[in-house]
Amino acid sequence: MGFWSFFFILVVLGLSVHWYATNKALKLNAKLEKGSKLPSLPSYYGTYSLLLIIFPTSSLLLLWLVGKPFILEYILLQNIPEQLSANFDGAPSMLVDSIKAVDLERIFPGTNPLIVESATYFKDLNNYSNSFAYFSILIVAFLSSYFSLKKISTTFKARQAVEKSNINLLIFSSTIAIITTIGIIFSLIFEALRFFDEIPFFDFLFGLSWSPQTAIREGQIASQGVFGAIPIFSGTLLITLIAMSVAIPVGLLSAVYLSEYATPKVRQTFKPILEILAGVPTVVYGFFAAITVGPFFKDLANYSGFNIASESAIAAGGVMGIMIIPFISSLSDDVISAVPKSLRDASYAMGATKSETVKKIILPAALPGIIGAILLAVSRAIGETMIVVMAAGIAANLTANPFEAVTTVTVQIVTLLIGDQEFDSAKTLAAFALGITLFVATLFLNLLALKIVSKYRERYE
Amino acid sequence: MTEKIKIKSKNVNVYYGQKKALDKINLEIPTNKVTALIGPSGCGKSTFLRCINRMNDTIDICRIEGKIIVDEEDIYSTEVDPVLLRAKIGMVFQKPNPFPKSIFDNVAYGPKIHGIVNSDDELEELVIYSLKKAGLFEEVKDRLNDSGTSLSGGQQQRLCIARAIAISPQIILMDEPCSALDPIATAVIEELIDELVKNFTIVIVTHSMQQAARVSQQTAFFHMGNLIEVGRTDQIFSTPSQKKTQDYITGKIG
Repeated sequence: MGFWSFFFILVVLGLSVHWYATNKALKLNAKLEKGSKLPSLPSYYGTYSLLLIIFPTSSLLLLWLVGKPFILEYILLQNIPEQLSANFDGAPSMLVDSIKAVDLERIFPGTNPLIVESATYFKDLNNYSNSFAYFSILIVAFLSSYFSLKKISTTFKARQAVEKSNINLLIFSSTIAIITTIGIIFSLIFEALRFFDEIPFFDFLFGLSWSPQTAIREGQIASQGVFGAIPIFSGTLLITLIAMSVAIPVGLLSAVYLSEYATPKVRQTFKPILEILAGVPTVVYGFFAAITVGPFFKDLANYSGFNIASESAIAAGGVMGIMIIPFISSLSDDVISAVPKSLRDASYAMGATKSETVKKIILPAALPGIIGAILLAVSRAIGETMIVVMAAGIAANLTANPFEAVTTVTVQIVTLLIGDQEFDSAKTLAAFALGITLFVATLFLNLLALKIVSKYRERYE
Repeated sequence: MTEKIKIKSKNVNVYYGQKKALDKINLEIPTNKVTALIGPSGCGKSTFLRCINRMNDTIDICRIEGKIIVDEEDIYSTEVDPVLLRAKIGMVFQKPNPFPKSIFDNVAYGPKIHGIVNSDDELEELVIYSLKKAGLFEEVKDRLNDSGTSLSGGQQQRLCIARAIAISPQIILMDEPCSALDPIATAVIEELIDELVKNFTIVIVTHSMQQAARVSQQTAFFHMGNLIEVGRTDQIFSTPSQKKTQDYITGKIG
C-alpha cells in the first residue's frame, strides 16, 4: 500500500465517521424526549469521533517515521550475507550506508554483487514494512472509530471531551518551543563542558590572547591554539558600545519627537518608515557597512593623515547602531505614549512648556521602560553577526581603538565552525563555549529588561 | 451687590471638530469667590473650565470663538503666552494626578520651572508653606521624600492643590476634585476650599449639588452646551428662575 492510497482511505474514513456520528446523534436526539436529550450538541459527537481517528493515527505515523530507519537498519544488519560483512573493512554503519547509497536503476559497473543483492533486499524491506505500517494504522483507525461511534449515548459528554483535547493540543504546541529551547541549552552545556576538559575554564574566561588554530592531523605543523576570550569579549563590548552610542540618542530623540511633537499625520508616515529599518536583512546592512561605511572612514582617516584599515570597529558598530534605532525608537515610543495623559495635563496646567514637560515629567516617568528597551537592544547588538563578519574583520585584537579591526563572539563562532573541521577538536568546541557565554549574557540582559519593563507596567495599570 | 469681576466670558463658542460643545457662553466670575459650575454629564461645564486656562489648546480638534477676559485681558489674543497664563491660573483635576516624584518635588516642580525662588532654603520654605496651605503638611512632614503616588487618594488631591498654589496663582480651577474621593476626604477638601477662597478666585465643576450648595457663593447651571442660569448659590437652589434649573436640582433631568 502506497502512502497516498493510505492517506486517501484515512481521509475518507475520517469524513464519513464525522458525518455518521453527527447524524447518529441527531437521530438519537430526535427520538429522545424533551428532558433527556444528549448532553452535547450533535456536531460535538462528530468532532469527537474525528479526533479519535486523528490522534492515534498521526501519533502512530510519527512514531513509525522516527523509528523506521533504526528498525530497518537493524533488520538489514541481521540479514547481510556473512561473506560481505566479513570482508568489509570498516564499521558496520558504513556498510549500511554504502548499501543504502546504491541506486538500483543505475548500478555502477564493478559494484560488489553482494552489496547490490543487499540493496535489493533493503528496497523490498522498505516497501513491505511501509505497507505493513500503513495497514496497521488503518486497522487502528477503524477500531477507534468503531469505539467512538458506540460511545454516542446520553451518558457521554462529547463537548467536554473535545474541549479537553483542544487544551491538550494547545499545551502540546507550546511545549514544543520550550522543549527545543531546553534541548539547545543542554547541547550547548555538554559541548562546552567537553571544551573545558581541554582548556581550563579560567584560561578561557580571562585569557588575553585568542588564536584558535590547532593542528587538525597528527604531525601537522601548526600552533597549539590559545583560547583566551578576553579580546573577543572586549571586541563585542567595543562594537556594542559604538552601536549603542549611535542608536540610543537617535532612537530616543526620534521617539520623543514621534510621540510628543509630531502631528498624527507625520507620525503615521514616519513610524512605518522607521520600522522598515528593522526589516532590512542584516546581510544588507553588512555589505553597506563593508562597502560604503568602512571605506568612508578609511578615506576620512587618510585625508587627515592617519592610516587605518577599511575593516574597523567603528564601521560595523555605526551601521549596527542604525539597524538598532527602530528597536529603541519603537519601544520607547510605546512607553512614552503609555505615560498617562493626566500627568501631561498636570504639568501643562502648572504652566510648564512642552520641553519642560518632556524633560522633567515624561522621560523620568518612562525611564524604566526606556531602560528596558535599551537592554533589549543591547542584547540584540551583542548577538548580531552578519554586519560584524562583513565589516569588522576576524582578527582578535585586544584594543579600545574603534578604528582597528576587532572581532566579536558571534563572528568567532562562525569562523570556528566553517571549513573542514574535526568535530571534537578544541577549536570547534570553543564555538560552544563562546555560544553558551553569549547565551548567558543575553539571557541575563533580557531577564533584566523584562523585569524592569513589567515593574514599570504595574505602576500605571 | 457690586463685585469685582475676575473672569468674564463673552459669546464663547467651543467646537470639537464639527460638534459644538458650548454655545454663546456669557459668564462673569467674581474675585475671591467660589463659583460652581453644575449640570448633567456632557453639558460643557468642564469644557468651559478648560477654556479659562487654555488647556483646550492641547486638544488638536478643539476650536474656540469669542473672548475670555481675565483681569481686563483677552486670554485668546495672540500676545498672550498660554504658558504664562497657566502660571497665573492653577488647576486641580478630577483624578488626583501627582507626578511620580517625591512629595517635595511634586510641590517644588512649579516654582522650579518658573524660577520663582532663588535658593534652596526659599524653595523649602515655599513647599512647606504650600503644603500647610493645602492642609497636608502635618500628615506628610516626616516623609517629604516619599513618592507622591504613595499617598491616599484624598492626600494626593490635596498634594495636587498644594502643587497648584505653590506658584501663587490668582485663580484655581477645580474639575470635579472630589469625584474620586470618599466622603471624609471630600469634607476635608471642602473645608480647604472655604479657606482658600480668601486668597484665590475659585471655579469648581461638580456633579454633587450638595457640594455646590456647600462651597460656592455663585452657581452657574449648564445644559446641552448652554448656560441656562447663573446667580447667587442660595438663590439658585431655593428659587431658580428657569424651569430647567428647577428640574435639574430636583433630580428630574440629569
